[in-house]
Amino acid sequence: MSGQYKLVTCTINGKERTAMVDVRASLTDMLRNDYGLTSVKKGCEVGECGACAVIIDGECYNSCIYLAIWADGKNITTLEGLTLPDGTLSDIQQAFVDEAAIQCGFCSPGFIVEAESFLKKGKIYTDDELRKLLSGHLCRCTGYENILRAVKKVMHSRQES
Amino acid sequence: MYDVKAVYEAKSVSEAISLRQEHPQAVIIAGGSDVLIKIREGKLAGCELISIYGIDSLRGVTLEADGTLRIGSLTSFSHITRNALIQKYINVLGEAVDKVGGPQIRAIGTIGGNTCNGVTSADSASTLMAWDAVIELTGPEGVRRVPIEKFYVGAGRVDIQAGEIQTGILIPKESYENCAGHYIKYGMRNAMEIATTGCSVNVRLSADKKTLERLRIGYGVAGPVPIRAHKTEAAFNGAGVSLATAEGISKSVLEDVNPRDSWRASRDMRLHLCSEMAKRGFIEAVRLCGGEIL
Repeated sequence: MSGQYKLVTCTINGKERTAMVDVRASLTDMLRNDYGLTSVKKGCEVGECGACAVIIDGECYNSCIYLAIWADGKNITTLEGLTLPDGTLSDIQQAFVDEAAIQCGFCSPGFIVEAESFLKKGKIYTDDELRKLLSGHLCRCTGYENILRAVKKVMHSRQES
Repeated sequence: MYDVKAVYEAKSVSEAISLRQEHPQAVIIAGGSDVLIKIREGKLAGCELISIYGIDSLRGVTLEADGTLRIGSLTSFSHITRNALIQKYINVLGEAVDKVGGPQIRAIGTIGGNTCNGVTSADSASTLMAWDAVIELTGPEGVRRVPIEKFYVGAGRVDIQAGEIQTGILIPKESYENCAGHYIKYGMRNAMEIATTGCSVNVRLSADKKTLERLRIGYGVAGPVPIRAHKTEAAFNGAGVSLATAEGISKSVLEDVNPRDSWRASRDMRLHLCSEMAKRGFIEAVRLCGGEIL
């Protein structure tokens, strides 16, 4: 295997970062290995489970089926970027804790990042719409109801504030 | 890491064409939601890739001077669904591609990739078939336009010649004018699912909404490639808008389709779906066109 690399510069969680990246790498590989962002989980690695989801230029993508070289010039947010610098959890993260929307926690970063990507629009969604918006994520513990409840709680609390 | 030998990145259509000529054996990758999975599965392991994902000029939907609706090949499913021109002229396409995978797949998946992958189950394909879409390919010799029915040459095989990439999907004005359609996808679940069978029906009605001026029906997974129900269309163009017509269409489509047994569903199950979906799709398309079937 001849080594082929590309210099990739992108904004990750608000900071401009540059790394020399193997062209064979997925964005999951780059975020975990080059930047230590281990909230980006390696689940199915074929775009089915959503555990690796990140926000790229405002839209939620599965980073496992996104080539790292495509990240050049993009603005990327991972779960780490939602937590405040002093470690305070974001409202969505706190709601997941409060509503027991987490058991093993493997799917949580993906769900939370996805929820952030659409709740940011400030709209009120029906339960059916929320289920559809969250349908690209698999959870093998909680059975989804608590996750839906946590997302709904934040949707309404943001609307009030 | 993906098991690939090399990745060549094109930033423009002309770069992509040069790369296609330099590396004829390389696989074109758009959004990657099919190609990268095949690499993971081992089917394409060790391949070389030509990435066209960075060609921003191939994104977006525009209306050309003659009224042709142009969809850039790299436009993602989520952008197609949200696009105002799509909603105005071919809303059913936005609805159909909103049934692909889940939200993250719809963010990365492109309409060009969906058609070039050549599979019969592609959610965009039956609607593009049913609206007589024209595939635009650009290569060393210039631009070539192929009706989508001719673009599909066999299961998983499409008419992309050496040096070419797909650059756009065109919907002629004559196709979308005064026309409305409906797509039905049958799957075992609502998300992250491949269609067991899909059916896209569109109609154009007379001014008084009583006569069917033009009927077009496209199917996915009713044959090795997406197909049109030509016999049925010819038989019912000019028919009255009625429940009897809906039921006639429902029976007639069985002469057009040829689904197979697969682990997803039996041929008989699919025949039943083809028949029922044509009827339901027709009734809804008539309603969207301002007609009524009691």
